[in-house]
Amino acid sequence: MTYVCLTDADREEMLKTIGASSVEDLFRDVPAGVRFDRPLDLGDPLTEQEIVERLEELAGRNVHAGEEISFVGAGVYDHYVPAVIDAILQRGEFLTAYTPYQPEMSQGILQAIFEYQTVICELTGMDVSNASGYDGTTVAADACYIAKHATGRTKIVLAETVNPQVRQVVRTYAPGFGMEVVDVPHRDGVTDPDELRAAAEGAACVIFQQPNFFGCLEPAPDLAAAANDAEALPVAHVDPVSLGVLEAPANYGCAIAIGEGQGAGNPLSYGGPHYGFIAARAEFTRRMPGRIVGETTDVAGQRGYVLTLQTREQHIRREKATSNITTNQTLLALGGLINLCWLGPEGLREQAETCMALAEHTKGRLELPLLFPEQTTFKEFAIRVGRSAQDAIREARTRGVNPGYPVGRDYPGMDDAILVAVTERRTLDDIELLAEALAE
Amino acid sequence: MKLVFEKSRPGRRAGRVPRPAEVTPPAVPDGLRRQRPARLPELPEIELVRHFTELTTRNFGIDTGFYPLGSCTMKYNPRVNERVAALPGFRDLHPHQDEDGAQGALELMHDLQEMLAEITGLDAVSLQPAAGSQGELTGLMLMRAYFADRGEGDRRRTIVVADTAHGTNPASVTMAGYELQKVATDPRGNIDLEDLRTKVDESTAGLMLTNPSTLGLFDEHIEEVSRIFHQVGALLYYDGANLNAVCGISRPGDMGFDIVHINLHKTFSQPHGGGGPGGGPIAVRDRLEPYLPVPAVIRDGNRFRMDYDRPKSIGKVRAFTGPFGVFVRSYAFMLAWGRELRTMSEDAVLNANYLLARLKEAYELPFDRLCMHEFVLSARNLKREHGITALDVAKRLMDYRFHPPTIYFPLIVPEALMIEPTETETKETLDAFSDAMLAIAREAAEEPETLKNAPHNRPVGRLDEVKAAKRAIVRYRFEDHPDLSAEPTAATAGEGPKGV
Repeated sequence: MTYVCLTDADREEMLKTIGASSVEDLFRDVPAGVRFDRPLDLGDPLTEQEIVERLEELAGRNVHAGEEISFVGAGVYDHYVPAVIDAILQRGEFLTAYTPYQPEMSQGILQAIFEYQTVICELTGMDVSNASGYDGTTVAADACYIAKHATGRTKIVLAETVNPQVRQVVRTYAPGFGMEVVDVPHRDGVTDPDELRAAAEGAACVIFQQPNFFGCLEPAPDLAAAANDAEALPVAHVDPVSLGVLEAPANYGCAIAIGEGQGAGNPLSYGGPHYGFIAARAEFTRRMPGRIVGETTDVAGQRGYVLTLQTREQHIRREKATSNITTNQTLLALGGLINLCWLGPEGLREQAETCMALAEHTKGRLELPLLFPEQTTFKEFAIRVGRSAQDAIREARTRGVNPGYPVGRDYPGMDDAILVAVTERRTLDDIELLAEALAE
Repeated sequence: MKLVFEKSRPGRRAGRVPRPAEVTPPAVPDGLRRQRPARLPELPEIELVRHFTELTTRNFGIDTGFYPLGSCTMKYNPRVNERVAALPGFRDLHPHQDEDGAQGALELMHDLQEMLAEITGLDAVSLQPAAGSQGELTGLMLMRAYFADRGEGDRRRTIVVADTAHGTNPASVTMAGYELQKVATDPRGNIDLEDLRTKVDESTAGLMLTNPSTLGLFDEHIEEVSRIFHQVGALLYYDGANLNAVCGISRPGDMGFDIVHINLHKTFSQPHGGGGPGGGPIAVRDRLEPYLPVPAVIRDGNRFRMDYDRPKSIGKVRAFTGPFGVFVRSYAFMLAWGRELRTMSEDAVLNANYLLARLKEAYELPFDRLCMHEFVLSARNLKREHGITALDVAKRLMDYRFHPPTIYFPLIVPEALMIEPTETETKETLDAFSDAMLAIAREAAEEPETLKNAPHNRPVGRLDEVKAAKRAIVRYRFEDHPDLSAEPTAATAGEGPKGV
């Protein structure tokens, strides 16, 4: 009963004003046959102190990234989250606001989203970004929906090197869109542009990932060109941290850039909430899903911001909307904005270079064969441990090191491969401990 | 106020990244290397903090004041929820951690599933959907899978949606590949049963309904509605946006619904963060359980694990098991209430009816019934008599330091003002809001220009939304500000010292 605000005296007075005899009387429109006639089986109410104790007990049974030396990535990364992010995001004016439907009450959030959209456009080279999608998987489905309406085609081409969860989500959404999915297999860890070109014939879009799920750098400009040759929209799924050193997707011909924002500004949080980003060339502005903030002026000519282009959206357009998305991930996206402002252009480049350098160093320290030795990698790479990856991971964890993600979980025949992620949070000592743990 | 980009100066910076001297990055292959860095702002950390702090002063949240935004359930977001969500065992837990290193997280999710099953009166829960609208889409995907499995996939083509529905309902119908069939509302605010009977047949896949509806009214014929659909083998989907009205009072499963989504950011206090995150778990009857997204979080004796072995599953609708941080907050909130959760809904309904009683003389009430957790008034009397619109009323409320209600929704009520106070407001707050609404109704007659020009004390005046859509400036246009870096920093006008 921690959050009750009314006293019995209040209730009595309010019922008198209403003209009702009791609280029960207020529910007279609920038919007797559907009334719930027992207390909910939800346990005794707890005090705040008891809640904290219960949650501490549960949290204590998890092994978090601070309790072992973790090289686990595979889509979610242990990058450093600066203190300023929490300080700002915990302010009640941001934390406890709803979607900014009334702009004069919400200039703070609206301007921040406008700044977020700008930063995403800068990273990707695109012209328009929305205020965020749910995560790095659902924005891929969003891109397919844009492509279907922009091209009138229904085939989705997915590189097999795209994060398996992204591929699963696209497959789940596709039947409702009336679309079908075609996979393009990898060749030695990357996608072959000629194979992609053949598959892209008659397709609405082609989705590839840079760096790909195995950490390898794809020949992204060639893949985009292959899609463009077939007049399918090239969609790049990109890691925002990598864009400190890697070319912006718009600059090698992509129509749409999407990605998982978590690594830029969000904690791991067991997989969410995080933010997905989606940005596109100007010609797709009116096909974008979800909220978009635009600049305008007030009655005195002063600059201000509002939700705009709303004739795309569900609350205006209903069954003809470009998407059903309503709630998005604004607060997490603002974490991304603050993170990128905190780093600045130099900091983002340095973060990308440190990850890349540490990962390359790790490859050298592990006396194990690489799964794809020919490829350049970014912050993640796959190794072969010569036995069950699951067993190797379990054993290494008993030594306080979690070496990574078992690739065989998603790719049959790679049961001896571990995907190792190295962020700027890992030290040279950590890497030595990893090498020792895997040498056993 | 300046944008963060307009405060940037080359060479300034906040964060630094470790650069171990012993290692060097490999060369990025030609053609893949970035040619021009992103124009991220360059500011020292103090300027960054001041920038975002100033933005917060130009924003309004529940922590700032009363926020009766109808259908959004803007209740207090307990601070303890933030504390527990930030425990390292939750916040720093990798989603690919082995199950034996995530037993606490899995138990929390399993507990939450059981609580939501009890509250909704249904059998199985998936926590995966990221928000209510994704819960809707997931629910419709379940219907597709269910009917396909029964060999009725081609025949079941339409979804019936009430004309009072949230826009997400029809949008989800289209995205799921179904055809929309609209049903009218009767003079008491219930579904029009006669109209409904003409629209439901063997080609119907299901119904999507909010109950209480977006008018804040409980459908008095819900049992008959349910019968009409189940008789033809169709399914009923419950949009849980208004669940705050009925917890412990009436359960969707008992009303006849087969699939329900729950908005954790409404009923269960997850803060909405200016647009998200949210959480949209779905609860279903047992015959739909085989189709739920993977993985399912299940209990094996004393151990919890993820079950991917669900051959009939629709697949995945987002990454991992859902927005876990949201689960922690909502779970903490539910522990605080426990079996007394019914009081939450009772007080929400009492608060709404009290406001309604105080306001119905000054504003039109299109459906004169007791309301549930929210109600819809119409400002059409003010429009007819004084030329004052619902928008004017909303903007004027800002001058009284209240967030406006939802306006112009539901669509069937002209000049609609949709008001939802929630249970976490005192009688004094409700009285102050009522006094403001009544004062505005008087002002409409006495000084309409004050309303038409409102708001008067916000950081900006009334904004031109048409111009925004026409211009479509959706990012900072660096190209329009070529000499930005030459612009001097504004000096603060100084007086004498006022402290040391």
